[in-house]
Amino acid sequence: MNGFFDIPSDLQHSYAGLIGLHLREALLPVLAGLLLALPLAQLCVRFRWLYPPVLGATTILYAVPSLAFFVVLIDYTGQTELTVMIPLAVYSLVVLLPAIVDGVRSVPQETLAAATAMGFGPVRRYVQVQLPIAVPAIIAGLRVATVSSISLVSVGTLIGNQGALGNLLADAQKYDRPELAVNSVITTAVLAIACDALLVLLRVALTPWMPNGTRRRPKTSVRQPLPAPQDVTR
Amino acid sequence: MNVLNFVNAFFSDSAHWHGYDGIPQRLLEHVQYSLLALALAAAIGLPVGLLTGHTGRGGNALAFIATAARALPSFGLLVLIVIVMGFGLLPVMIPLVVLAVPPILVTTYEAVRTVDPSPVDAARGMGMHESRILFQVELPVALPLILSGLRSAAIQIVSTATIAAYVSLGGLGRYIVDGLYQRDYEKVVGGATLVAVLALVTLALFWVAGRVAVSPGVRRR
Repeated sequence: MNGFFDIPSDLQHSYAGLIGLHLREALLPVLAGLLLALPLAQLCVRFRWLYPPVLGATTILYAVPSLAFFVVLIDYTGQTELTVMIPLAVYSLVVLLPAIVDGVRSVPQETLAAATAMGFGPVRRYVQVQLPIAVPAIIAGLRVATVSSISLVSVGTLIGNQGALGNLLADAQKYDRPELAVNSVITTAVLAIACDALLVLLRVALTPWMPNGTRRRPKTSVRQPLPAPQDVTR
Repeated sequence: MNVLNFVNAFFSDSAHWHGYDGIPQRLLEHVQYSLLALALAAAIGLPVGLLTGHTGRGGNALAFIATAARALPSFGLLVLIVIVMGFGLLPVMIPLVVLAVPPILVTTYEAVRTVDPSPVDAARGMGMHESRILFQVELPVALPLILSGLRSAAIQIVSTATIAAYVSLGGLGRYIVDGLYQRDYEKVVGGATLVAVLALVTLALFWVAGRVAVSPGVRRR
């Protein structure tokens, strides 16, 4: 295929530039979602009655289609990257919150008691005991959030070419160059798989007490949060 | 609230309530596409998921399918297939179904596989046939999880069908895409509201379905 990497000049980016833009538009929201989810999850763990209503509210937010979310924000943030990133941050928050809550809750009582007996205060116990033990669950949530975020950035194309690699799809139609659409789909999928693999490596690095053979493990501790997370593309 | 004014203006304009571009017509189209896609996806995903879950085989293959499907960008797939196959209902149905099958398939597999083995063994000990074990013991216990998989798929179909307006599908997404091109923000926000409401109604319907279909004994746990 000739012209596979010939990016039309109206996108004002090289191929590598589009990849960088795509990663930034996809990963910053995940980071923001994580930073919001951590304290919120801690609140939900501390005050049990808070969790069901919060979970209900986030499930409803998650059901709102991305395109609808984008266009309503246009009135406030214009046709900018921010308009794409805010909904993605919300979706990430929704995926991460139950993952973190379940992860932190799954820490055995004896472990907590042992930490307390060793003189750990609540903050130190959270940072040094609960959080590390919850890492597999958190990373499982991060994987779902990251991959779906990368896939969703493309929809930003519809609101004034804010879709990074997704903009290639619009150009593929405009200039009748199907190879650009193939390029977009393959590159996005490869980015998603690469980020997914990096997160798996991160988990292996962060949890040295778990056997490295990643087989068989998922069954016990790295359970995907089951209820909603499969609907990652919208 | 600016947006609310736009929404109000959109819904109070009587021109938006009839004709081929009227709200009832677009809503009907959207529901039709979504139901068709969900039915096709369920027809593929449910039997395979039930069977693999019952036998407990093929878990690795299913995990691979789930990862691959997650990595595929839905919007990109949609545009690509339409470019390759041309306009029409079929090119849009293919990505909708392809994207909806994995959540149904994987959740069903997981739901049936994780059913408590003791009632299953008891049923087998009583001499129940394998198919009766699947449908009368495993299925009722796994139903809440299976429904959640169907719900994920349905919500995803509703949102992706919206995006499909970009590649000429009818439905509620038309308002958003056309409105953006016509610089008619009232139409855009009106369409977005309708889509969001439809997604929430879907959510509510599955909640009701869960209440009705799941046996009280299973729900209590």
